[in-house]
Amino acid sequence: MLTITRAHIAEMIYTQVGLSRNESADLLEDVLERIALHLEKGESCKISGFGTFSVRQKGRRIGRNPKTGEEVPILPRRVLVFRPSHVLKAHVNGTAPGVEDDE
Amino acid sequence: MTKSELIAELTAANPHLRGQDVETIVGTIFEEITYALSRGERVELRGFGAFTVKHRDARTGRNPRTGASVSVDEKSVPFFKAGKELRLRVNAGKIPRATAAERKKA
Repeated sequence: MLTITRAHIAEMIYTQVGLSRNESADLLEDVLERIALHLEKGESCKISGFGTFSVRQKGRRIGRNPKTGEEVPILPRRVLVFRPSHVLKAHVNGTAPGVEDDE
Repeated sequence: MTKSELIAELTAANPHLRGQDVETIVGTIFEEITYALSRGERVELRGFGAFTVKHRDARTGRNPRTGASVSVDEKSVPFFKAGKELRLRVNAGKIPRATAAERKKA
């Protein structure tokens, strides 16, 4: 399966905005880092038309080592969850308005 | 934080860029991820996370209010899995497993 990486996105910034390739890559990194910093503080990040990244607090529970069956406590922790917007869900299903179907 | 706050932060940190360009940059990033997913591709941003598409089979659901069964068509849903680095940062650098000392206490 084709995998898109930072390089592809930076290349798109380069062609769309006309900044240097280096600066395009730096700005992509800057965007991701800023989102990460807010999430680290426990704040959610709402990107309209895309989705919301939020931090969820999980309580303590008893887990189990699947190999040995031994009970292991899983401590309270914070996890990152992503909730896609309706627009993104529609795109993934090919039902977004204004998107032509290539197939 | 919202997308417009993100754009404002970036504009303030990069005074040599026009606000309009910053908007285009942020827009391009999320559009590229959206288009890749709509083509069924995955997007992997090391340290941050990976966006993939998961397929859900058709199923018979129920209207929770009336209890009537309704058929739900098969569909694809976008899915994000946080990368290791971001996962640890969100959890304040703690590995989500008890240390020996904590296990003894629990």
